[in-house]
Amino acid sequence: MNFYALFAQLLELIVALILAPMLTGWVNQCRAWMQNRSAPPLLQTYYTLSKLFHKDVLLAHNASTLFRAAPYIVFSCMALASAIVPTLSTELIFSPAADAIALVGLFALARIFISLAGMDVGTSFGSLGSRREMFIGFLAEPALLMVFFTASLISHSTSLATIVETLAHKEFAIYPSLAFSGIAFMMVSLAENARVPIDNPTTHLELTMIHEAMILEYSGRHLALIEWASCLKLFAYSCLGIALFFPFGVAQAFDPIALTLASAILVAKLALGGFTLALIETLSAKMRVFRAPEFLGTAFLLAVLAMLVHLLLEAGR
Amino acid sequence: MNLSILHAVPLAGQVINLCAAIMLLLGFAMLAQRRILTLINLFMMQGAVLAVSTAIVALTTQQHHLLWSAGLTLILKVILLPYILHRLIRRLSVKWDIETLLNIPTTMLAGIALVVIAFNVAQPISQLSGTIMRATIGIALACVLLAFLMMITRSKAVPQVIAFLAMENGLFFAATSATYGMPMVVELGIALDVLVGMVIFGVFFFQIREQFDSLDIRHMERFKER
Repeated sequence: MNFYALFAQLLELIVALILAPMLTGWVNQCRAWMQNRSAPPLLQTYYTLSKLFHKDVLLAHNASTLFRAAPYIVFSCMALASAIVPTLSTELIFSPAADAIALVGLFALARIFISLAGMDVGTSFGSLGSRREMFIGFLAEPALLMVFFTASLISHSTSLATIVETLAHKEFAIYPSLAFSGIAFMMVSLAENARVPIDNPTTHLELTMIHEAMILEYSGRHLALIEWASCLKLFAYSCLGIALFFPFGVAQAFDPIALTLASAILVAKLALGGFTLALIETLSAKMRVFRAPEFLGTAFLLAVLAMLVHLLLEAGR
Repeated sequence: MNLSILHAVPLAGQVINLCAAIMLLLGFAMLAQRRILTLINLFMMQGAVLAVSTAIVALTTQQHHLLWSAGLTLILKVILLPYILHRLIRRLSVKWDIETLLNIPTTMLAGIALVVIAFNVAQPISQLSGTIMRATIGIALACVLLAFLMMITRSKAVPQVIAFLAMENGLFFAATSATYGMPMVVELGIALDVLVGMVIFGVFFFQIREQFDSLDIRHMERFKER
């Protein structure tokens, strides 16, 4: 077993677990600034998490084992997902084991369990949220896969590490396909992370909430795990976007300096990404649920166009 | 790693490819657009991209007559035609929303199918051509077909005319990418035709509206000889 790969993998996992709540806090802070509200502190998400971990868990009488197991499953899926994405180094233990398609599968697994848990107690809000979540998920997933296929066609591999390595070391060239799939990926990640055009992460209004509706019944450490998992999901998606479309600065061979530099670059890129996300969320209004197919259909269209344009313009020349 | 092939394409070629991709994207945007004003603006943007890409081809290949056609495109399709269209819809006080015959996601899927067909059909043609932008013939053909689809799926006269003009954009792009453009006389003739066509369409719009109180083309199906 490669010692360096193990070390990089562990470092990446720890960085993800620690930084993820801060990214969410940063996005909330930026959003508050742009909306002329007084911003919560950067570490607010940590305080919330620790508060929730110290509280007792309240369970509904008819909650099954699945309801109790779901937060742990969702959390481990998201932790694994953020470990798979090569953010700091491309030499990771998991990189031969799990490729881009496995990553999509992990997200789907988490989605299935949280939707089942939403329906488990049998409240109407939970079922409503689960339905909407699956509805959005089945529209977003093909678009996400198409984005990965374009990147895979460019680098001739579905392994994320190889994709990042290829994209980071190509000479400068204009790839219309990457631009298209970048926009498609952004739209998909807005939908998947329950962000504003599709869902509002801070809402508790019955008619509009999607993600919040599913987790209404959770409390205590279960809720903390789910909140942390949402932070991790946002973190994983941001890292994925960075890895696919702005991959420069990733460390490769064993080199502590490169690894430190990669961490610094990653934090800078994440800060910029979080700011952009807050900007998008401030500038756009939430759509009606029935407009979501059009939004995600556009994402799918862009991703397919990216693939076609790649095949026509960039390949086989 | 097959990337080394890409570097053979010079920067100008890459920019032209980017323009082609944007043209295709704008074609889809027009297909999906519900508002008539945005539709005109998208048409204007497509004309601008076309002018830019033609100018780049002209400068990189020393085909100076193409500069003239780039300028013509700029004046005609970016300034004059959108201006006429804006005036027309204001004078006609057209309803701002467009009705489509098919719903928009279905139209988009049909559009993707058309793009696949266009790319396949254009493959042999582009192998025969020797220009630096031969790969974009497929995209030009796809733009033409998308404009066709837009003409079919729209029921009002104004969007159909915009689709017709967008089709001309695609044809022009195809001509530039396949053979570095048509002879100047032909190009001037086409430009004049489009302009005159636009004026005639404008007159038609008023006539149609006077007869049927609406710009919906479906009313014309009821024409019968008495």
